[in-house]
Amino acid sequence: MAGLAAAFGSGAMTNSMEELAGADTILVIGSNTTTAHPLVADRLYRAKKNGATIIVADPRKIQLALTADCYVSQALGSDTALINGIAHIIIKQGWQNQEFIDANTEGYQEFKALVESYTPERTTEITGVSAEDLYFIAEKYAKAPAGSIVYCMGITQHTSGVDNVKSLANLAMLTGQIGRESTGVNPLRGQNNVQGACDMGGLPDVYPGYQKVDVPANQAKFEKAWGAELSLKPGLKIPDMLAGLGDGSLKALIVVGENPMMSDPDQHHVEQALKKAELLVTQDIFDHQTAQLAHVVLPGASYAEKDGTFSNTERRVQRVRKAVEPVGDSKADWEITQELSNRFGYPMNYASPAAIMEEIATVTPQYAGISFERLEGEGIMWPCPTPDHPGTKFLHAGGKFARGKGLFHAIDWRLPAEVVDEEYPLWLTTGRAHVHYHTGTMTRNSPSLHALMPEGFAEINPAEAERLGVSEGEMIKLTTRRGSIQAKAMITDRVRPGMVFVPFHFMEACANVLTNPALDPVCKIPEFKVCAVKLDKAA
Amino acid sequence: MDYKSTLTVCPYCGCGCGFYLETVNGKLVGTKPSATSPVNNGKLCVKGWNVHEFVQSPRRLTNPLLRKGGELVEVSWDEALDYVAGELRRIKAEHGPDSIAFLASAKITNEDNYLLQKFARAAVGTNNVDHCARL
Repeated sequence: MAGLAAAFGSGAMTNSMEELAGADTILVIGSNTTTAHPLVADRLYRAKKNGATIIVADPRKIQLALTADCYVSQALGSDTALINGIAHIIIKQGWQNQEFIDANTEGYQEFKALVESYTPERTTEITGVSAEDLYFIAEKYAKAPAGSIVYCMGITQHTSGVDNVKSLANLAMLTGQIGRESTGVNPLRGQNNVQGACDMGGLPDVYPGYQKVDVPANQAKFEKAWGAELSLKPGLKIPDMLAGLGDGSLKALIVVGENPMMSDPDQHHVEQALKKAELLVTQDIFDHQTAQLAHVVLPGASYAEKDGTFSNTERRVQRVRKAVEPVGDSKADWEITQELSNRFGYPMNYASPAAIMEEIATVTPQYAGISFERLEGEGIMWPCPTPDHPGTKFLHAGGKFARGKGLFHAIDWRLPAEVVDEEYPLWLTTGRAHVHYHTGTMTRNSPSLHALMPEGFAEINPAEAERLGVSEGEMIKLTTRRGSIQAKAMITDRVRPGMVFVPFHFMEACANVLTNPALDPVCKIPEFKVCAVKLDKAA
Repeated sequence: MDYKSTLTVCPYCGCGCGFYLETVNGKLVGTKPSATSPVNNGKLCVKGWNVHEFVQSPRRLTNPLLRKGGELVEVSWDEALDYVAGELRRIKAEHGPDSIAFLASAKITNEDNYLLQKFARAAVGTNNVDHCARL
């Protein structure tokens, strides 16, 4: 989200899901939408039925590619070059929206100078996408009455993740495809309440509502609201926390609702770090690999056993309602925190989640008009500044960006942190499968879903299968510089020759034993989407 | 027979589909999509249709556990929370607030997240709060 925040001033999906159905051109890049966000894919298919042009750019030939008007398979880690190449053509052809650029943006000249070198010839050489396809994408997107961009982790989980996002923001500003119905730059959030966790200040540099912790006025505001002395020093991001445990500067880690042993790259390294903690507490609904290392394990209540709110990918705040009593002695996470805080010496006394939301509204400008009473019905899309405000369907209306002027970033393409070589000759990428979710804690405990896909696999191209001499379902061994796993071969042309795909849901064939912990320098996202691997037939 | 149907929101991906959880005598038995949800308009994916299944799984954690003599053993909430609060006070006193860190979560509610970061910032005194937004 750092990329969008830098360009527009707000790091969230600019438009609503339903608006996608009304777009004229949709560029889907780095999002396996049918698998990871089925109800967004529903809008894409409806848009197609309404006559929209659907463009899919993904190294893997995902399901959506089969119905796209144009499908391109860019080289892994070449997204910035692809987007710069499209911008180059738009400018050369005079398809940019100069009026929008002049009125609402800054930094255009530097950007224009940079993309000058991304000629179709050079772009094709880097990305493998033909000049003909580049022209088609440039024209269809730039000339559409309403053009929309949809992206997901295929754009962000790279050492150049923030650059990739800024490049997409450039493209939208260049063509004025933002701030109107059915346009915008739309990151699909992978987890049900990742938007809400960010909104609520579950980040090291901001209080709730993206108010920076290192700004003294914000510190003063929250010191007054919370009756406590607060630190001006931004905190650690996850990779720095693991490094801090490793070097002994961090002593305690409280982990709520996460399983970093499986979700973070280079699992062996993560385990060593977690084992050094003087206090490791996990709070979750199931036992998992991180809990097995913990000193204390606290049983939380699941979504079905508590009241509260989730904020979805389109900034819609919706009510979560208790359907059953918590199993055993488990408790809602807010109750656990409240009881811990009281024992620690900082009293908390909230009667219910509704009372917590009342406090959230007083300190979070985007949620100022939100209360549980108002959330009966369809929910409310933030920003919602007052109790009578209807909420906001799309951001930056009329090119009025949250940061003032939209900011172009001139960004050169960089190679991924690890590239193929003689020893590790294939490209490895990771992602989701349609039946499962994340580290599998929930879906693998669901009998129906487990039955549909009981075990992990590795997708390899038929040419690779022939070279290795393996047939469908035979075990293969995948090895990177971090470690090795075994998985059943799934032989498919969804992956190109020279490329391998592994889903990350399965602990017994754990993709993150293999992945590269190299990080984006700004937002510290690991490069899950690209590393170098070698394959062998399993012994 | 006590049949109930409760409107709520999916805990899987970021779409936020609305559905009714169906319960009989306090047991979850089914999921029905909400036709009036602006997100899913009466549809659900394969994960959504089965979203009631894991909640009352026999593998759920049901009691606080504390490591004693190398083993995690069941203890009361009082014992578990007193231990954590005591250790946090000790570590803060010995090494300062920034020697403590918290992982909030994209899986828990806004209210859960708000209180956790408030505890970290106002009670412990550190901004070491993050979650796996990048996954």
